[in-house]
Amino acid sequence: MINLTIDGRDIEVTPGTTILHAAKALGIEIPTLCYDYRLSKAGACRICVVEIEGAKTLAASCATPVSDGMNVKTMSDRVISARKIILELLWSDHPNDCLTCEKAGNCGLQTLMYQYGVKTSRYQGETMTKVPEIIEGGAIYRDTDKCILCGKCVRICDEIQCQYILDFSQRGFKTMVSTAFNNPLKESGCVFCGHCVSVCPTGALIERASIRKARAWETKKVNSVCTYCGVGCSIEVHVNDNEIVRVTADVQSPPNYGSLCVKGRFGFDFYKHPDRLRSPLIRDNIDKPFRKASWDEALLLIAEKLKQIKDKYGPDAFGFLSSSRGTNEENYLAQKFARAVMGTNNMDNCARVCHAPSVTGLRAALGSGAATNSLDDIEGAEVILVCGSNTTEAHPIAGLKVKKAVRFNGARLIVIDPREIELVSMAKVWLRLKPGTNVALINGLLHVIIKEGLEDKEFIAQRTENFEMLRQVVEYYTPERVEEITGVPDGKIIEAARLYASTKKGMILYGLGVTEHKSGSYGVMSLANLALITGNIGRPNAGINPLRGQNNVQGSCDMGALPDVYTCYQRVDNQEANKKFSDDWGRDLPSKPGLKEPQMYRAADAGKLKAMYIIGYDPATTNANSNFVSQALKKLEFLVVQDIFMTETANLANVILPAGCFFEKEGTFTNAERRIRKLKQVLPLPEGTKNDWEIMCLIAKAMGYQMDYNHPSDIMDEIARLTPEFKGVSYDRLEGDGLVWPVWDKEHPGTPILHKDIFTRGKGLFNDLAYTPSEELPDEEYPLILTTGRILYHYNNASMTLRCRDINFISSEGFVEIHPDDALNLKIETGQTVSIISRRGEVQVKAMVTERSLPGTVFMPFHYPDVLTNRLTGPGEDTLALTPEYKVCAVRIEKIDDKESLRGAKRRGNL
Amino acid sequence: MKKFFNSEDLENYRKEVREKASRFSTLITVCQGGCKAFGSEEILERLSSEVRERRLNKKVLVKMAGCHGFCERGPLVLIFPKGIFYGRVTVKDVPEIVEETIVKNRLVDRLLVHSPKDKEKIPLIDQIPFYKRQMRLVLKHNGRINPESLDDYLEVGGYSALAKALNRKPGDIINEVKISGLRGRGGAGFPTGLKWELTARAIGDTKYIICNADEGDPGAFMDRSVLEGNPHSVLEGMIIGGYAIGANEGYIYVRAEYPLAIERLRIAVEKCEATGILGENILGSGFSFSVKIKEGAGAFVCGEETALIASIEGKRGMPRPRPPFPAQSGLWGKPTCINNVETFANIPLIILDGGGEYSKVGAEKSKGTKIFSLTGKVNNTGLVEVPIGTKLRDVIFEIGGGVDKGRTFKAVQTGGPSGGCIPGEYLDLPIDYETLAEVGSIMGSGGMIVLDDKTCMVELTHYFLSFTQNESCGKCTPCRIGTKRCLEILEKITRGEGEEKDLDDLLELAKIIKDTSLCGLGQTAPNPILSTIRYFKDEYETHIKDKKCPAGVCKALIKYYIDEAKCKGCTLCAKNCPVGAIAGEVKKKHMISLDKCIKCGVCLETCKFNAVVVE
Repeated sequence: MINLTIDGRDIEVTPGTTILHAAKALGIEIPTLCYDYRLSKAGACRICVVEIEGAKTLAASCATPVSDGMNVKTMSDRVISARKIILELLWSDHPNDCLTCEKAGNCGLQTLMYQYGVKTSRYQGETMTKVPEIIEGGAIYRDTDKCILCGKCVRICDEIQCQYILDFSQRGFKTMVSTAFNNPLKESGCVFCGHCVSVCPTGALIERASIRKARAWETKKVNSVCTYCGVGCSIEVHVNDNEIVRVTADVQSPPNYGSLCVKGRFGFDFYKHPDRLRSPLIRDNIDKPFRKASWDEALLLIAEKLKQIKDKYGPDAFGFLSSSRGTNEENYLAQKFARAVMGTNNMDNCARVCHAPSVTGLRAALGSGAATNSLDDIEGAEVILVCGSNTTEAHPIAGLKVKKAVRFNGARLIVIDPREIELVSMAKVWLRLKPGTNVALINGLLHVIIKEGLEDKEFIAQRTENFEMLRQVVEYYTPERVEEITGVPDGKIIEAARLYASTKKGMILYGLGVTEHKSGSYGVMSLANLALITGNIGRPNAGINPLRGQNNVQGSCDMGALPDVYTCYQRVDNQEANKKFSDDWGRDLPSKPGLKEPQMYRAADAGKLKAMYIIGYDPATTNANSNFVSQALKKLEFLVVQDIFMTETANLANVILPAGCFFEKEGTFTNAERRIRKLKQVLPLPEGTKNDWEIMCLIAKAMGYQMDYNHPSDIMDEIARLTPEFKGVSYDRLEGDGLVWPVWDKEHPGTPILHKDIFTRGKGLFNDLAYTPSEELPDEEYPLILTTGRILYHYNNASMTLRCRDINFISSEGFVEIHPDDALNLKIETGQTVSIISRRGEVQVKAMVTERSLPGTVFMPFHYPDVLTNRLTGPGEDTLALTPEYKVCAVRIEKIDDKESLRGAKRRGNL
Repeated sequence: MKKFFNSEDLENYRKEVREKASRFSTLITVCQGGCKAFGSEEILERLSSEVRERRLNKKVLVKMAGCHGFCERGPLVLIFPKGIFYGRVTVKDVPEIVEETIVKNRLVDRLLVHSPKDKEKIPLIDQIPFYKRQMRLVLKHNGRINPESLDDYLEVGGYSALAKALNRKPGDIINEVKISGLRGRGGAGFPTGLKWELTARAIGDTKYIICNADEGDPGAFMDRSVLEGNPHSVLEGMIIGGYAIGANEGYIYVRAEYPLAIERLRIAVEKCEATGILGENILGSGFSFSVKIKEGAGAFVCGEETALIASIEGKRGMPRPRPPFPAQSGLWGKPTCINNVETFANIPLIILDGGGEYSKVGAEKSKGTKIFSLTGKVNNTGLVEVPIGTKLRDVIFEIGGGVDKGRTFKAVQTGGPSGGCIPGEYLDLPIDYETLAEVGSIMGSGGMIVLDDKTCMVELTHYFLSFTQNESCGKCTPCRIGTKRCLEILEKITRGEGEEKDLDDLLELAKIIKDTSLCGLGQTAPNPILSTIRYFKDEYETHIKDKKCPAGVCKALIKYYIDEAKCKGCTLCAKNCPVGAIAGEVKKKHMISLDKCIKCGVCLETCKFNAVVVE
């Protein structure tokens, strides 16, 4: 321990403590401008200087470690006059603009000028206002005149975001923070995470959207949860006068600790878009236009129609689709409504088309269909295997953790992906497989591990079963054979296998590139085999972790919005469970599992399913073979859609109910790491709208079933009563960072790591699996593989993100990625409009020629309403979960000249 | 090339080299450093062909050499073994040199140095006052050996210190360096042995040793001359250093503006790699060492060790706070020892002669010699190596030959742009780290600029401040904005707009910049201000109160006029005035129109009758 004296008071601290921290421990506040405990010590602003007895010069307390016997003065005359002169110097190069500056009231410089009574600067000279204003137009407003060069933006971009966009340029007085070649942010590789804005002490970097909206002291901060992906970042929403001014994040709060992506930070203004639905809309049949209706009329109509259909065709003529964007409470109510009110298990949610194979696959292998480890665990992993996940775009904060693990903690990364995603640049091994060959590739890795004796024999013996069968199956998958199937060089397969098997901190992260295949569930099981064979499960920094697409994919499944289970996977055909729920809900519940979502469309198309109720979900855009989905929905007698904007699906409805968005309601979300977190109401519900949970209660009531809740917390209490894993969950315990289920009782702290001593199903099961090719492979007529996915800037059908001004500014147009070889054959150049044609449909889209995709494979995002990618996708389906094979279908590309393209687009109704 | 597997191989080869060299009775060297700009390459070529054509090449060896240091007289041709010194040689002189001196054994008088006092000719290098008062230890072989030849370096005993060091324990080497009293020649004067010891003791498997060859002071070229004239001496010191501290990898950070130094270093490294002096298991010792050359982009601040490290790492060269010092956490976070070029060049001397012997030279607290680049208003400009502790007067007046005739010595500026100005009253002070600091200057890396009465101290300070301001990395507030504001106040004073409070503001700001800046650049940047106000305050006051520049330099404060009594009406000034500001007829008095005059000084230079006066 080190003993020192600060301002005459003695203190003992650990070696390495800075003077700043030692002083803080004594309650002595030393001012800082460039200091941030998360960042490397810059010692740049010099405002924190202190006097150390015997030292020649003053020392920056933020960067100077204590030493034994040190005698420090933090407020001596010498120190004060130095600080005042530093403030005078800063002020001499700063616009006197506090009256109109956004930062006033929350500005580091202004605060210190006030504290030290520095009115102005005696130094009058050149200022850096000579720098022409940087016209960005995007989410981040840069005013370099106000920059005091503390460098926090540079360091946070490098050290926290691993993005390396900003640095200092020029020298001397002309030094400034800039992008490479001083390009606008949009052209600099910036991903608009906005973390630089959040650390700027002055008005040099501010959120464009906040300009002239409110001063710091006028806003109130409300904690909430971001809804743009399964990471479930904690956010702080700053509101003034029922208007959102900005979104920030708490640096202490998991899983994001202050980081956000562009959607989380800047994707909030959709809530006030004029397109918001503000009144129920009704029409008698879908050939007629909608008319506005009162809530009473609409609810009554729904109650009557649903009763009629139930009476006429039986309960199973009804299907309910809830949303992974909805809260746990809403999903719980949805399945309760389907089962108790309508009496059917035809209940599903949009997780069906993304991570249902995770539930199927992980439950088969481990007994629980959830991620095994926390997101925080990523940073401590030694080897990270990322399979079928464009993590930095689809789950930016999880991607960030992978980057940090590699950059700062020396983790070695294996990327399994056909596309050259951002993570490839930092991968030790990149297995660039042909789309749809996951199972073969992973069998190859298993083959090498077994052949070289790298498996964890003790773990296999004690904690798993069926190893012998697995061994026999994978024996066939020699690296040479696997190379033939997957296109991955055998040497790389061996290298990756050795690497993954070399550690007990090997973590698997995977995404829809695994699940959205014909062999999606098998792909998940294969990855589980990999974790089991090396014993990389049930431990910190290991496990197998699906990265959930929408924010509440985990929660909507946990809540039983599935055709075969109640909450937390209690089976409907389990007598005990069925009885428990029947007793509690006061109705005899059906025990036969219901239809999965794709089966519902098939039933509707066949005229068996007559009515559907769809909440917050747009399958006519986002489902594979969307033309078929639309055709099926059109055949329904009655369709209710509940949403915040008009969508392709809503456009097929008989009744549209306008709902509140996540800023306007309370409830809980469960993120990819099973963390249940509370959503707080930020804004009042817009006039004319109602919360989803309230609407369901009103319809139930109108149908003669009492669902009385005063608040979503009452619903959570009911969930806790009926769900062992949620027994300890209640709203009062969810304050702060929430809880990670299972939470077995009121005192239980939650369970960040699953399967520690025993698997949920007892023993881990090796599933012996053979590779099966995708459903639709390229042929002469359709020679290319189409694979689809997300991009950073948009969320799902982009109904929200395209209505956010700053996101639209960055990305507003769909595209197709074509390899230069294919582009050359087809004589296509970047920017040309091309026609993409599959057996199911055709879309027109601008070409982007890039080597990101393999030759013979094209990639399209599915977000844009003017490029309905899913008209092309299908026909494959996961064998077990029926999830569509979005990642592989066969297409051809036709070049069209612009005129024809326009005509064609009009003809096909795309414009 | 032959590979040396052990020190015996090396010694045997050395014998061969020496035997070969002894076959020549005469050696002629031509300096090929900065003097290349004065045509020394052509001189060398011409000499070689002349010797060949006269079939003297069996007996006479002509070779290139590095800088001899007496740059005032360059290009130089030296003839050994006698040591005949010819200066300001041109290609045209070559046939005569060969004919007269080589063939006929006679001197070419016009190329000799003449004594400033009695105009006596001084034919031999050892007799020239410029060299006589020096003690050339580091520069001993500069000007005699071919810097691109490993053989030449071996001939003069090169790498025998390495062989000797590799036979001893690393700790012994560090001890020897500690005993020698060697202090860092980069400027701060940190004891080298202690630095080595700290790095050797630091915890870490991987350690680095870096040679700081980022010589950035304007007018300083000590390190450049050592690198260009004797690169192997630096490499040898570095390899020994690597062995002592336990580093297997070294970096030489050299500015890209030194292309010749880089080229010669490259050649030296390649030859050492080819012969096994660098690489695995050097001379069979088990010690392995490699060297990489990293070119800097010319930022002055990259001479600061933490900025230099950042630059090698591929980052912007900006200093970071210390501690941790590089000895604990340097390049890529590993323990790193950084020494300057001249420091490394001293190491072989210490190892060969022993630290005790080495420490006999120098001052009480600072041992050995120091090279200075003597420039400014002094007669003999060039590189000067003297024992530390030599008096300023000896360097400036004995070696440097004093200031120009008719001018008076005003001050000497030491330590580069962040040094201070020392007035005449301190000329008898010994040059060492502590003494220079006491009088408000620094030793720095060895810049020494002599100023005479025609130097305006305010303008000079302004010049140095504009340099440090431009070269500030911009990281810390006092250095980035503070030096800018100082510069603006100085500008104001030289423009004649100075107010009395300016001096107080300047002093206060200078002290705060010194007290609060992050790195050495900022902490020393105000030195020119502080030392000139300390010794030449009256000159500032004259600028401020009287609006006059006593040295006649600050344009806004001076006037040119023609002394009617002296003007003969020759019209020369009027003819040469670029703006037609001078009116007058032949044999009549001329007049300068103050409205038109741009104060360029052409009239002053052209007038043969001293009739143009500046006031």
